[in-house]
Amino acid sequence: MWALAVRLGLRAAARGRRGFTSKADPQGSGRVTGELIQHLERLSLVDFGSQEAVSRLEKAIAFADRLRAVNTDGVEPMESVLEDRCLYLRSDDVVEGSCAEELLQNSHRVVEEYFVAPPGNISWSKLDEKQPFSHR
Amino acid sequence: MWETRVRFLGREDPLEEAVSAALKQGQVTPTELCQRCLSLIKKTKFLNAYITVSEEVALKQAEESEKRYKKGHSLGDLDGIPVAVKDNFSTSGIETTCASNMLKGYVPPYNATVVQKLLDQGALLMGKTNLDEFAMGSGSTDGIFGPVKNPWSYSKQYREKRKQNSHSENEDSNWLITGGSSGGSAAAVSAFTCFAALGSDTGGSTRNPAAHCGVVGLKPSYGLVSRHGLIPLVNSMDVPGILTRCVDDAATVLGILAGHDPKDSTTIQDPVKPFTLPSLTDVSKLCIGIPKEYLTPELSSEVQSLWSRAANLFESEGAKVIEVSLPHTSYSIVCYHVLCTSEVASNMARFDGLEYGHRCDNDVSTEAMYAATRREGFNDVVRGRILSGNFFLLKENYENYFVKAQKVRRLIANDFVNVFNSGVDVLLTPTTLSEAVPYTEFIKEDNRTRSAQDDIFTQAVNMAGLPAVSVPMALSSQGLPVGLQFIGRAFCDQQLLTVAKWFEKQVQFPVIQLQELMDDCSSVFENEKLASVSLK
Repeated sequence: MWALAVRLGLRAAARGRRGFTSKADPQGSGRVTGELIQHLERLSLVDFGSQEAVSRLEKAIAFADRLRAVNTDGVEPMESVLEDRCLYLRSDDVVEGSCAEELLQNSHRVVEEYFVAPPGNISWSKLDEKQPFSHR
Repeated sequence: MWETRVRFLGREDPLEEAVSAALKQGQVTPTELCQRCLSLIKKTKFLNAYITVSEEVALKQAEESEKRYKKGHSLGDLDGIPVAVKDNFSTSGIETTCASNMLKGYVPPYNATVVQKLLDQGALLMGKTNLDEFAMGSGSTDGIFGPVKNPWSYSKQYREKRKQNSHSENEDSNWLITGGSSGGSAAAVSAFTCFAALGSDTGGSTRNPAAHCGVVGLKPSYGLVSRHGLIPLVNSMDVPGILTRCVDDAATVLGILAGHDPKDSTTIQDPVKPFTLPSLTDVSKLCIGIPKEYLTPELSSEVQSLWSRAANLFESEGAKVIEVSLPHTSYSIVCYHVLCTSEVASNMARFDGLEYGHRCDNDVSTEAMYAATRREGFNDVVRGRILSGNFFLLKENYENYFVKAQKVRRLIANDFVNVFNSGVDVLLTPTTLSEAVPYTEFIKEDNRTRSAQDDIFTQAVNMAGLPAVSVPMALSSQGLPVGLQFIGRAFCDQQLLTVAKWFEKQVQFPVIQLQELMDDCSSVFENEKLASVSLK
């Protein structure tokens, strides 16, 4: 009887509500080095902004490490649930467009039909800007 | 004089159908309906469900709808029906912010396909609803326009229970969250400001707030509904979600939205037709699966008990109810976390301030400009996910994290396939761990922790691409809604909704009593019969 099985389950399960935080995610294992921080900030072009953000990353990594426990030998990675189907490709006909003016309106800096960007051949260095982890 | 009465106890007449019939018969005009909803939106402004109220647009649409009705040329079931759209769907000419500084002031030049489909059916766009910034979160608390308040915080049902428990009459300080990230849409539907709303669902973002707000939240099969114009989070999991007050309405909206879209190559090409849900009377041929791994220690005893009652209900009516196993369930949330942050890191790269959105004043170099723009534009949650995602995508980590997670994803998807192949038609699970919690409690943990906790029953479905729906079942001992989730086979959305509809009819979930708000609006939702209904 279904009800009985669940009643047994209810008794067996721990009482109350235990949050995830009590499930001992190991705190930073020191894997997030200063070098890694800089590297990630450079790649992402966003900054951590605080030590708290760094420790959040450490927790996120520790959380992700749980995947190691799963045996995935011989399992192919799944990129899309629709992998058994053919991706639709439409025919190469122009059906819409010519809306440059509309699109340019959304940009803050435009000259004629160009989006204007600052010079691109200058690499971004945090050290020039400010100290790491400073709050906004 | 507003004459229409709509019977809503018992949900025998789908709300949209009833209203649609009323419109056709001239008992109410689209303009009146529109004005009523606009008035309700104003009255419920404190809920913060809407970011933008498109009053002029809606009234104009109502006018056009009225002309069509007068000529007898209504476009269909949704003609003249007020709807709301989550603010991460592009709406032409109407600001679309994703509740982020990055897109504040951004006005898209086009409509998302699903928005266009609603408009083509004559629906009235009441506005854009509030969400967690970029749909990242499970509370609708982390957007720049502030958190959304759960209408049930102000319901008679909840307030009476609080009085009984001798809490002080502290009106507002302990208001409850809506859940997220489509909290604005859920609140908008729950508070009667519209009949249907679009949400998005990447890890449960439509079903979670639906459960907390006592409405139906449908996540269609991945590939059934176009994502074109939905500002993407996780391309391989995102799905437009549908929030309504009853299952039939969700089916109506799905029928309109589903179908191949040449602008979204991940939509399937199989032809899709709108459908009406049969009213099941015999469930004896149905096999309901109860995944045992979903019985977690964190699940509240009340939700557990309701889940058990629901299973018993099916069994007592003749259905076969069996325990099944989804062995990789405990890894599902971890896998989701890795894949989600990785895809987010990639999708957020488009926000650089150059073509649209926020742009900072820094002109030193492109990279400096991008970095400053993104620092200013994104909140901590978004930045955190980008950084995590990029960590998992680093060359040295790619195999061990990203590819590993993709493999685990296959195992999770296969778990579902195996269960459905064993003869199960539909799975029954909780949607959330408990009923809605007060905001003050919710914010004690950070966004990542909360999402990991709250998405537990919902995100596996996104990884497998399956359809799922949260249906409100009953009120908790505190007078708050608890919803349960049904999960169906891929592309068997109709079957899923048929079962959900049967369940809905059995449980007769009570209507939210927002009496103080309703008094002035007099009649739309009074408990009286509608004289004649049938449309078809």
